[in-house]
This record gives sequence, C-alpha cells and structure tokens, in this order.
Amino acid sequence: MNLTLIDWLIMFVYFVFVLGIGFALKRYMKNSTDFFLAGRSLPAWVCGLAFISANLGAQEVIGMAASGAKYGIATSHFYWIGAIPAMVFVGVFMMPFYYGSRARSVPEYLSLRFDEKTRGLNAISFAAMTVFSSGISMYAMAKLIDVLHILDHPLAALGLPHSWTFHVSVILSGVIVLIYIFLGGLTSAIYNEVLQFFLIVAGFLPLVMLGLKNVGGWSGLKHDLPSNFTHSWQGMSNAHTNPLGVEWFGLVMGLGFVLSFGYWCTDFLVVQRAMAADSMSAARRTPLIAALPKMVFPLIVILPGMIAIVVPKMVTAANVTGTGTQISSTAPQGKGLIPVKVDPTTGKPMFNADGKPVLDYDLAMPNMLLHYCPTGLLGLGLTALLASFMSGMAGNVTAFNTVWTYDIYQSYIHKNASDEHYLWMGRMATVFGIILSMGAAYAATRFNNIMDFLQLVFAFVNAPLFATFLLGMFWKRTTGHAAFTGLLSGTAAAAIHQGLTLPEGAVAGIKGGWLGLVHVYPSDMAQNFWTAIWAWTTCFVVTILVSMVTRPREEKELVGLVYSLTEKPSEGHLPWYQRPAVLGVFVLSVALLLNIIFW
Amino acid sequence: MGLDIRIPIGLMFSILGLILVLFGAFGNPAIYQRSMGINVNLDWGMVLLVFGGLMLAYGIRGGRRAAAAARGNTSGKQSRPHDTKN
Repeated sequence: MNLTLIDWLIMFVYFVFVLGIGFALKRYMKNSTDFFLAGRSLPAWVCGLAFISANLGAQEVIGMAASGAKYGIATSHFYWIGAIPAMVFVGVFMMPFYYGSRARSVPEYLSLRFDEKTRGLNAISFAAMTVFSSGISMYAMAKLIDVLHILDHPLAALGLPHSWTFHVSVILSGVIVLIYIFLGGLTSAIYNEVLQFFLIVAGFLPLVMLGLKNVGGWSGLKHDLPSNFTHSWQGMSNAHTNPLGVEWFGLVMGLGFVLSFGYWCTDFLVVQRAMAADSMSAARRTPLIAALPKMVFPLIVILPGMIAIVVPKMVTAANVTGTGTQISSTAPQGKGLIPVKVDPTTGKPMFNADGKPVLDYDLAMPNMLLHYCPTGLLGLGLTALLASFMSGMAGNVTAFNTVWTYDIYQSYIHKNASDEHYLWMGRMATVFGIILSMGAAYAATRFNNIMDFLQLVFAFVNAPLFATFLLGMFWKRTTGHAAFTGLLSGTAAAAIHQGLTLPEGAVAGIKGGWLGLVHVYPSDMAQNFWTAIWAWTTCFVVTILVSMVTRPREEKELVGLVYSLTEKPSEGHLPWYQRPAVLGVFVLSVALLLNIIFW
Repeated sequence: MGLDIRIPIGLMFSILGLILVLFGAFGNPAIYQRSMGINVNLDWGMVLLVFGGLMLAYGIRGGRRAAAAARGNTSGKQSRPHDTKN
C-alpha cells in the first residue's frame, strides 16, 4: 500500500498530540493518587468516554467487523445484550461501593469486603491477564501493519529488511504508550482514550456513510444479505437456525448475564475509569454515559463488516475501478471484500475439512478502508485503527501498574513505604509491564497455542467472578472463606465443563474434550457461554453453602461495603438528567428499542 | 486535573480538519473515484473543523469560568459538587 505525505502527516499530528498530552500532564503528577486514580478529579463525560474507549481495543474494532461479516447484525447482541444491562447495573447499584469505600482498585475492594487471600487471588490473576492482553494487542497491531504493508516504504528508505516490520511496530507502539503513561499516569491514559474515541468515530463514520450510500442504504443492504443477517433475533429459538449457533437462553444467560456482568462490573480495567471521577454521582454516571455511544457503536464497527461482504457487485454498478491496493480482494473464492485466508507458512489459500475456502474475516475493516477511502481519509482511518490498538494497550497497562503497586507490591512486598516510593514504583511497573507485554507479543508469534491456552485459563478465572461480587455486595452473610472457595470451585467447574464438551466439528484439545466427551455444542460460542454459566452457578452455590458454615464478619466492619448496611447515596441535589436511576432507565429503554427495530 | 482535555481535542481536530479541507480543495480530484466521486476529504474535513472549533470554544469558556470561580473563592480552589461520603 502506498501512503502519501498527507496520510503520514495526519498520523504524525495524532502522535504529537498523544505524546503532548503526556508531557503537559507531567507537572500535575504529585502523588500516587494523581498517578493511579487521576487525583479522583475528572468529570463524568471524560471518564465515561474513557470507560468505553479502554475496551475499544483492536480486538473490538477488527473483531466486531469480522463478526459482522460472518454473522451479520446478530453480532450486536454483544452490545445490546452483552454490555448495556451490565453497564447500567454497575453504575446504579455497584459504584456506590467501589467509589464509596474509597478502595483504590477492585482487588482492594475484595480485601476490604472479604480477606487478603481473595484479594491476592484476584490481583495476581488480573495482573497476569492485563500483561497478556496488552501483548496480544501489540501482536495483532504488528500483524496488521505487516499485512497492510504500512511500513514497507519507510523501512526500505532506511535500508532495513521487510522482516523488521514486526520489531518496529512492537517497539514503537510500546515506547509511545510507555512515554505517555510514565509521564501522566491514569489521567494521560484517560485523556488519550477520549481523544482516541473521537478519532475512531471520525475515522470510521465516513467509511460507513460511503459504504451505505454505495450499497443503497440499509434497505439495499437488507436486499443483498440473507434475512438472518439483518434480523438480530431471527432463529434464536434454536441453536441450529441462527448464524451464531446458540439458542436464546445460552445467549441471554451466558453472554448477557455471566460474561457481560463479569466483565463490566468486576474488571478493574473499566472500573478504574469510573474511580477517577470527581464525585460519587460522576462515578455512577460514568458507565451510564458510556452506554449511550456504546449502543450505537454497532453502526460503526459491525456495519462495515456487513457492507464488506456485499460490496463488489455494487462496485461495477457504481463504476469504481479497483486500483489494485486492496489486498487480494479479487481472489477467486473470496466473498465481497473478504479474501480467502492464506496460510502464513506456505502462502497458499486455506481450506476447511469440507474443502471450502476459509475466509479471513479479520480483513473486513482494513479492506473497507482501502476500498473506499482516498488519500487523506485513508490516513485518518488508519490512524483511528492504530489509535484503537493503543487505547486497548494503555488501558491494560494502567490497570496493571495500579494493581501491581497497590495490591501486590504494597500488600505483600513492601508495606509501609512513603507515597513517593509508591509513585516511583508505579512508574517502574509501567516500564516492566510494557516490557512483559512486548515479551508476550513475541511469545505469540512463536507459540500461538500458548496464547489461546492462556486466554482460556483467564476465561475460567473470570467467569465465576460476578457471583462473588454479587453475593459480597448484596448479602452481608457472605464470608471471605466462602468467596475464596467459591472462586476456586467456579474456575474448576469451568475447566471441567470445557474439558467434557466440544463445539461441532472440532477435535479434542484446546477447544475442549480433553477429559472425555459428554456433549457437543453447535458452535464455539455456545460452548463458551455454557462454560461461563456452569462456572458462575457453581461459584454462586458454593459461596452460599460455605458462608452458611463459616463465621460472618461483624456488621459494623461492613458499613460502606454491603448494600443493606450502607446509606443510599442522595441524588436529591442533582437535576433529573444527572440522576443515575433516570439515566439507567433511559439507557435500557433505548437498548430495548434498538432490539425491537432490528428484531 | 489542570489540563482541560477539550483544548487538545479541539486543537487536534481543527488541525486535522484543516489538512483535509486544504487537501480536498487543492489536491488531485481523480482520487475520489473510489469514494464514488464525492470529495470526502473536503466534506469530512469541514465536519472535523466544526467539531474541533466547538470543542475549543467550550474548552476556553470552561477555562475562563474555572478561573473566575477560583478568583471568587478565597481558598483558590475550584469548588466541587457535594460528595456523598459513607
């Protein structure tokens, strides 16, 4: 691909601002609260946009477009069912305890509510997970830069071989994120996430508008796609009659309840953004404000994937000549702009067991950009893509440095040091967190299975978490021993369930079935959702049972940590549109409306 | 935090908008074949310019208000909304 001076100029302007924000914030970083919690001083809208932007990593932008091309509008269940209700719940019901308890992190809340071992379990697994996620983000970004040949010309100009693309991408992205977080801490990460949020909208919205115009609007798209691609609930009564391969109960319980609440309500990566807010009411509004753009994001990230599979037919009609820049979109068996996947080792197209070509859906978004965007807008779109990779990385890095410093270092390694020492440790944690992520990115190039395996293990660890928080916050009888055993048995249940089942057409191994085969699910997704349901239920039941036979804590120790013992935050002084409950009802109504419109 | 994020957002989008508008106005029109003949750089550049300008205007107004509030407050600290303590 040939980027022109204008495209590079746009990218350059963005990077100047990214780093400039870090430098501008440096002088405000006076103590550890400034660095790790942005001094608890940011307005709700800033925290709210950072709340979704931190989650809007590359996996989301590339992955959701890929799913859009693969499954159609049903992908929006990941938003309307799999995010919105949980975001409303965390804002209205859980934030009073996170923010009100003055805990500085999610694991710290667990130590206040339960005990040290529950905190340790959560802190260590979470810290490891953030490093690997950030590494995966780096790896995906380097891969994409390689596939799009973005760095070919600059590397050639410097006399370096093409194989350096990976090194340069990983090191450059790592160093940029390092500089701005090292200097400005969480504030810098949040400010950049807000910048990235607008950039992602600015980069992808024109693409959607051009694409829609090209295919004749929504009605044109509907005409060209099979009907279950434009109706999100069609065929959901049975796993075999819809593109996702999962039935409505598994979808609503597995995705909508267990996985979604487990992520949005307990993952410190997002909760940290709300903890940085300047008041209790701002903290509670953070996820609710985030929910508003989140609901319409399918328009920006899923729709391009759907347009990508119908485009070429329209292209001839609209008389757009291919300029040879899109990656093998003319490959014989591809679908629309989605090319056939090429085996990286042999360079030959890949076929599945039935002899059908495997499509490389991950190229839906990049190919759409190359197809529609002229020089200028192309630079903006690519910058937005790079921004999304970096916001995903930076979110993980700030969550890592906080959990490492407060929940591991301060709790178990060096207890009573000065605040300056912890601020220094936070900066050091940023450095080695990024070095570890780079290591993980390189590990992914060599042992792809190991990354899959780790992600699986983390899924096991995460699935039961929400049961622990739900009981901890809303049932004062829940004990620390119960929380700890509940989490461990939930994780074990997830592993056992996965080990006994397989998705259709898969072989025993990383996909499951390594303990034997009891049940075959129609799709990966159905298996994942049901693994989560089993893990959650086991954790919920075990925690209740163990709580009944262990001694609960004194009620006076639980004030501010448990619903029934905590004064409700007053909302009386707020205008109606700032009240969390009102906003929550509004958000849920719009989400319901969207489900009805795209039924 | 001492820096209002609206200022850098406003500045960045104004600059990006300006780049796109200028390039759209004076660049080679042949490149718009792939965007169905629409000069998207010019159109979208203007949208970004307006957005950037609005952000800047709000950011500057916010800064003036904060400064005025700080002058009115003897402690020199900007007053915060009442927080619910538990």
